[in-house]
Amino acid sequence: MVGHLATRLAYYRLANGRWYTFKSIYLSLRNRYQLTTELEGHMADSITPSVGETTASGQPPGAEPRLRMRGISKSFGAVRALSNVDFEVYAGEVVGLVGDNGAGKSTLIKTIAGVGPADEGEIFLEGQPVNIASPQVATRLGIETVYQDLALCDNLDVVANLFLGREKHTPLVPALLSETEMERSTLAVLKTLDVKIPSVRTPVASLSGGQRQSTAVARTILRNPKVVLLDEPTAALGVAQTRQVLNLIRRLREQGLAVVVISHNLADVFEVVDRVIVLRLGRRVGTFDIKTTTPERVVAAITGAEFGEITAANGNGTPGGK
Amino acid sequence: MGDIIDKDQTSSSAQLADQSADSAAVEVATAAAVPRPTIGQLLSTELSFVPVLLTLVVIMIFFAVSTNGVFLEARNLSNLVQQIAVIGVVGLGVILVLLLGEIDLSVASVSTFCAVVMGILTERLGAPGGFAIIAALLTGALVGFINGIFIAVLRVPSFIVTLAASIGYAGLLLYLLGFQSTLIVRDPLIVSIAGSATSFLPDYLGIGLPTLALLLYVGWLIIHRLRRRRAGLRTVPILQLVGQIAIAVVLVEGAVTLFESYNGVPNSTAILFGLIVLLWLVATRTSFGRHIYAVGGNAEAARRAGINVVGIRLVAFTLCSMIAALGGVLAASRGLAVESQINPTLLLQAIAAAVIGGVSLFGGRGTVWAIVLGALIIGSLENGLDLKSQGTDVKQMVEGVVLLAAVTIDALVRRFQARSGR
Repeated sequence: MVGHLATRLAYYRLANGRWYTFKSIYLSLRNRYQLTTELEGHMADSITPSVGETTASGQPPGAEPRLRMRGISKSFGAVRALSNVDFEVYAGEVVGLVGDNGAGKSTLIKTIAGVGPADEGEIFLEGQPVNIASPQVATRLGIETVYQDLALCDNLDVVANLFLGREKHTPLVPALLSETEMERSTLAVLKTLDVKIPSVRTPVASLSGGQRQSTAVARTILRNPKVVLLDEPTAALGVAQTRQVLNLIRRLREQGLAVVVISHNLADVFEVVDRVIVLRLGRRVGTFDIKTTTPERVVAAITGAEFGEITAANGNGTPGGK
Repeated sequence: MGDIIDKDQTSSSAQLADQSADSAAVEVATAAAVPRPTIGQLLSTELSFVPVLLTLVVIMIFFAVSTNGVFLEARNLSNLVQQIAVIGVVGLGVILVLLLGEIDLSVASVSTFCAVVMGILTERLGAPGGFAIIAALLTGALVGFINGIFIAVLRVPSFIVTLAASIGYAGLLLYLLGFQSTLIVRDPLIVSIAGSATSFLPDYLGIGLPTLALLLYVGWLIIHRLRRRRAGLRTVPILQLVGQIAIAVVLVEGAVTLFESYNGVPNSTAILFGLIVLLWLVATRTSFGRHIYAVGGNAEAARRAGINVVGIRLVAFTLCSMIAALGGVLAASRGLAVESQINPTLLLQAIAAAVIGGVSLFGGRGTVWAIVLGALIIGSLENGLDLKSQGTDVKQMVEGVVLLAAVTIDALVRRFQARSGR
């Protein structure tokens, strides 16, 4: 019974306002009160400190990552959002970037997207050092970001949204839009991504959440990117739509893109990614090959449970207050 | 680095072209499986003009019956379209701004102000009419540009900026006119636009221009269909295409026949429809038009897509005031004078015509053709109530109700779409 509960991935909110899994609470209690149960043996092999696993596993040895970041640090005033973080994603690979709120996921993504350049550190794109100073630079380098709000124009149709800001024009009269050409390319892109949309001429407002997400991703694909960053692509989606988007992410991998997925939903992460990189308090605390790990271990790395840090962070009350 | 990327893109776009050939075939095959949109969906998108059209028909039937057919006589309908020309033109400018989700409350004031500039140039300073008209239009553009600077660059709400402009230019035109409250316009060119018995297109133009436009439209429809077919895209059923062409032919040639049976096609009507067609092409077939809709739909998304949102707003406000100036020229020509008194209903009627026609006050939704139905409804009410010898009191009450109804429907449709959206 306890074992069953302990492996659940449900999150509980404690008095300090942070979210923990049942397991992490259990672990912190155990650390504090030196509890020993018959679960101990089970725990011991499922949760080992993951710090030692920070080498990229499951990658062809010697391959150059599509995108590599080294020693990234960033501070906001006195707050050190990222300290000495390394990050890499290979072509044809999906990397899940996970971590608790405030772990530095968004900050790291923003340094890649050029929205908030890092204070220190180097970025290499296909082995070449690059300086991503602005979103425009990122776009030019082939790094595309799909933000959580998707940034679609609800009143425009799928074709118009895909080509927004980069419309194609007729060769004869350059002032006029070439709707035929744009629609053709749209259908082609949607087909390569295996996205089904009833009509590419319906306003985006009438599409489902999954179709909207797909539209936003398809738009980035039109620019032939090298790296695609997806911020919470399955948040606020239903079961079927989530499936649709996960399929889409697999398609991106098949296209040979390097894909980075930020997600809070570990179930989704485990379904689609190849590697999980865990950030915690601005540091990279773990890297897991999805084939050889379990959600429990990732959660433990996210919450820092195996170090008993909940107790430290929660010094003023009993952590098991629920 | 740039070279590498460019090469990369061309090679992958070549791939894309290969893929699209396959996808085209698939698309044709699956076309039949696509669910047809429901009536409700159609009503909120392509057929959104139907309720408005029905309203217009009801109004017209009501006045036709209650005036014993006088309302539908060619003479009265010719009058009607001349009466709505100014509302229509000014309303077209307003549509550009409404599509952005902004508003321009200064159009009536600006149009009168620009007409005053024109009148003073010709009547007091003896400038030629053509020069004065161009000066009026440029004045309008300048006024709109200044509005736009405050709205787009300084991000002051357009409501306030244009309200201030409205008051300011009303004062400025009083200052320019000085002691005069009415300045008679005698310049032959200006008068000939809409203010004389000869302000009608000669028959060869009155019949020729609309027919030419019609032929171009039909030709374009057919070429467009062929091109889509060749690209393997879904095409409209041939029956629907024929129906579309038939409706266009009947509407255009019917209107031309009607006008020709009286005095011909009024110049002002030709100007109005020429402007509609021009703006329609700009709004639907150019990047600029597409970007106007994008900014009105989601300004942040447009900005992230690399669209110059500030520039689009600036140009839209400039065009709006410039078109308002054109409306002022028409009004001065038709009234044979410029007056210090700004037409008190023009502002509301221009905005009302746009909104009644289906342009959303919230931005991003509506077409420039909306102005035709909207202005016809407003004009029919005005004209019909005049025929029935009703005073301003009744007219204003009725127009108020109609405007309120239109805005309410707009808000409800928007809510319905938001609910059915996700």
